[in-house]
Amino acid sequence: MTMIKRRALVGLTAGLLAMTGMVGIAYAQTSLTLFSPNDQAAVAYTEAMVAAFEAANPDIKVEIEVGPGGTERDNMVKSRLATGTMNDVFVYNTGSLFQAINPVQSTVDLSSEAYMSTILDSFKQTVTATDGTLHGVPYGQAMGGGVLYNKRIYEELGLSVPKTWDEFMANNAKIKEAGKAPVIQTFGDTWTSQLFFLADYYNIQAVEPDFAAKYTTNEAKYAGNVAAMGGFQKQADVYNAGYLNEDYGAAVLDDGLRMLAQGDGAHYPMLTFAVGTIAQNYPDLLNDVGYFGLPGNDAAKNGTTVWMPTALYISANSPNVEAAKKLVAFVASKEGGCDPWVELNAITGPFLIQGCELPASVPTAVSDLGAYFTAEGQTAPALEFLSPVKGPNLENITVEVGSGIRTPEDAAALYDEDVKKQAQQLGLPGW
Amino acid sequence: MSVATATEATIGRGPVSAAKRETAYPGWFLLPAAVIYSVLFLLPTISSLYFSLTRWTLFDATFIGFDNFAQFFREPFLIKGLVNTVIYAVVTSGMKVVLGMALALLLTSRIIARGYLRSVVFFPVLVSTIGVGITFTVLMHPTNGMINEGLALLGVKGPGWLTNPNLALFSVALVDVWKGVGLATVIYIAGLVAIPRDYYEAARIDGATPWQNFWFVTLPLSRPATATVITLSFIGGLRTFDLIWAMTKGGPGFSSDTIASVIYKQYQAGFFGLSTAGNVVLFILIAILVVPLTMLLNRKRGHE
Amino acid sequence: MKNRASVISGIAAIVFSFFVFVIPFLFIILMSFKDRQQASLRDFSWPNGFHLWDNLVAVVSTRNWMMVTAFINSSLITVVSVTLLIVLAAMVGFVLARRKAKWNGTIEFLILAGLMIPPAVVPTIWLLQGLKLFGTLHGMILIQVAYNLPFSIILYRAFIATIPRELDEAAIIDGARPLDVFFRVILPLLWPVTVTNIVVQSVGIFNDFTNPLYYLPGSSNATVQLTLYNFQSQFNTSYNLLFTNILLITIPPLIVFLFFNRQIVAGMTAGAVKG
Repeated sequence: MTMIKRRALVGLTAGLLAMTGMVGIAYAQTSLTLFSPNDQAAVAYTEAMVAAFEAANPDIKVEIEVGPGGTERDNMVKSRLATGTMNDVFVYNTGSLFQAINPVQSTVDLSSEAYMSTILDSFKQTVTATDGTLHGVPYGQAMGGGVLYNKRIYEELGLSVPKTWDEFMANNAKIKEAGKAPVIQTFGDTWTSQLFFLADYYNIQAVEPDFAAKYTTNEAKYAGNVAAMGGFQKQADVYNAGYLNEDYGAAVLDDGLRMLAQGDGAHYPMLTFAVGTIAQNYPDLLNDVGYFGLPGNDAAKNGTTVWMPTALYISANSPNVEAAKKLVAFVASKEGGCDPWVELNAITGPFLIQGCELPASVPTAVSDLGAYFTAEGQTAPALEFLSPVKGPNLENITVEVGSGIRTPEDAAALYDEDVKKQAQQLGLPGW
Repeated sequence: MSVATATEATIGRGPVSAAKRETAYPGWFLLPAAVIYSVLFLLPTISSLYFSLTRWTLFDATFIGFDNFAQFFREPFLIKGLVNTVIYAVVTSGMKVVLGMALALLLTSRIIARGYLRSVVFFPVLVSTIGVGITFTVLMHPTNGMINEGLALLGVKGPGWLTNPNLALFSVALVDVWKGVGLATVIYIAGLVAIPRDYYEAARIDGATPWQNFWFVTLPLSRPATATVITLSFIGGLRTFDLIWAMTKGGPGFSSDTIASVIYKQYQAGFFGLSTAGNVVLFILIAILVVPLTMLLNRKRGHE
Repeated sequence: MKNRASVISGIAAIVFSFFVFVIPFLFIILMSFKDRQQASLRDFSWPNGFHLWDNLVAVVSTRNWMMVTAFINSSLITVVSVTLLIVLAAMVGFVLARRKAKWNGTIEFLILAGLMIPPAVVPTIWLLQGLKLFGTLHGMILIQVAYNLPFSIILYRAFIATIPRELDEAAIIDGARPLDVFFRVILPLLWPVTVTNIVVQSVGIFNDFTNPLYYLPGSSNATVQLTLYNFQSQFNTSYNLLFTNILLITIPPLIVFLFFNRQIVAGMTAGAVKG
């Protein structure tokens, strides 16, 4: 290297070093960092909520770090907690994935906080550690997991909302005749393939109310259990009948929502949070999209499976627990936990904090979902909120079932094996 | 190059004594690199060996002996992953050798727009794997992806590149070759340029056909380049992860899983001990395949 | 004649390379011109309007100008670690190639092992914490050096073997100290292979994704590959911004490439052939 080049390099390096030095200037106030997922709705909410919080607490500054979502997030959260490098507060899953982060040791116990009495029990059970302590507050709204459908197609073809699987398949036949895709699947986003299986849990517990408890203790299996395998079977049914959109293998969530909103497809098994994306991309078509629970075999036992939102936790080794608790209390309040969502017009389901009301006008799919909540016994939480056991390969297995690569029987046996490893890792009794 | 003139200038001086030679190449030159490498790479790697014998939740580890290894070999998709890994490594390194050589021959011939072609072939090397993965996932979309739309213009119905379980692995391998062939080509160009013209001159006098030229002169004399291309792309192929993860995540289902993606999925699922055991297995596999391969490549070189 | 044949094959090669290598890049560029709705169709079509500037502004200003921080961080990490890699790897390659010691075999095995073994993430994080280097640029730089040393050493060692020994012996007889021999005589001769190292390693480190994800957490520590996550989430993807982002972060490697283009082949010559 010539002398001039080397000098230029050294100069450049020094300059850059000086600039990074400036980035790191310390704040005079207490500074918290918050680890947020990267989906648009969560980021928009986080930014609005933090702005409101900082306005109310000028002595606390909250820095938002946005990280990946999905399974990559699981990895990062575990690595950070295990190595004591987690942000002061972080957003993470509730239910089965919550148990896997060893919450008693790694997060702060919030059981004795006053606001806990205002949080609905159905949520609290999903952030309860094995020793009975509570560790998180809701970071969002409950969601329904069932079928989003296009109401215009239903009107045009004179269809009515199906109460049983047979009615659903009969509707599909008519929709196919009319030249539309009856069922939308989007295996380009692998996780979306699980909806048939997971959303069918309401129907399983309608037949076997104690399935979750037995499942956790290794007394109930999927293989050989017709009711439990229903989700796999339904997925195979729609594939075998040729009811899927042509590009089901490569389409992604965004494509699925576009097809649904624009009426190229009629049914999309999905979580109701997705209406937020429709509201953003196709605001004019938002109220063409309705919702019903995944139908079972008995019209008298019709209902829907419900998902809990993610939660906000405080890392056990945060040096700023007091400030962090203020932030968490804010998120657990109406002002911090509900109002920003309402203002952002990002309503996807009922709130889990007492005193929070849904606004008068909500998207059609959300009001359809609300109807299940007002009736008694028409909702059941998804299995992952009732049992810590969930196999890591489920989404690959459901892609196989949904693409006709694997039979439901085979899939059930394979999933039982997959689950075993998970239960052993958690050290559950009976495995 | 300057080497030649400098060498001539030194001819005629006496040899250096052994002792002086020792001090001229001091062992401490190895020290800075050795310290960084040992502390930041070897130490954690060796300590992770212990965890492969435990059920490890990251928060605490229970010693379970060789259960993880037993479990790893019972993985339903391990065999498929093993086979896929070897197929992927052989296909990508094989294609890089053949295409790299072909492109290098083309780009060292008197072809027009040589500079443009060399740049364009090397260009994909510069794009990040994630970027390439995202781009080709979109291009390989079965119905409105550009590749199949192009084929449709020709009246051909393109396959589901990434959605057909029998094809997905090969599609990813193809993209890997697209991204990596530039480096292989450059290595080959370097190898071809370095072959002394005298050999071709002699072959011409003997009346060799272009094919004989290639078979008896070019191919044997570019063997060192071939060795480099094979070693680098074969190890890279066995370890491959980024591209597969960005494009198929091992799917559809489990059809394009490789050992590295199986290990990563176990890590993601929180089976840390199991995934560490998988790493040990992967290392042993690579060592079994690569060490004999490098020895073979080096020995052949020795015969020349 | 020969001339015509070369023109024909040249044109064929240009057409072929256009389809195989140029069109994917055109696609990236076209996508970065589109608005969100059109981009979400992900087809090869002419943009409905000129949205490149809007997209650029959106990409650069997202998350509090994260892209700017990321470019500074990534450039710093790349420049410093490649510089260290070159000096350290050349020194190792020099001694390995020149001195026949009995533990050369062991060292070579360790180098090969470095190419083959996937790093152990969690123990490395513990170690970095113990050294107070976790989440710092210094720590990240040292990690990049450690992980990439084997590849650089292999390139250097092969090249140094082709430099006549008489050169350094002459310098030794003239009374030069080892450091002088290395920095004044050997290192300048290594320029071609150094160029190769610079290009290959800086592209690799600049484009590294997983290591910063684990060892360099925190929003002020963002690196360029992580910015891709701003526009691609589990629930929705803004393809126009995603592709603008890809375009933007490909520019620095491109500059490095254009800068060293002519010298890459020269560097490869020695490295690959005489190895």
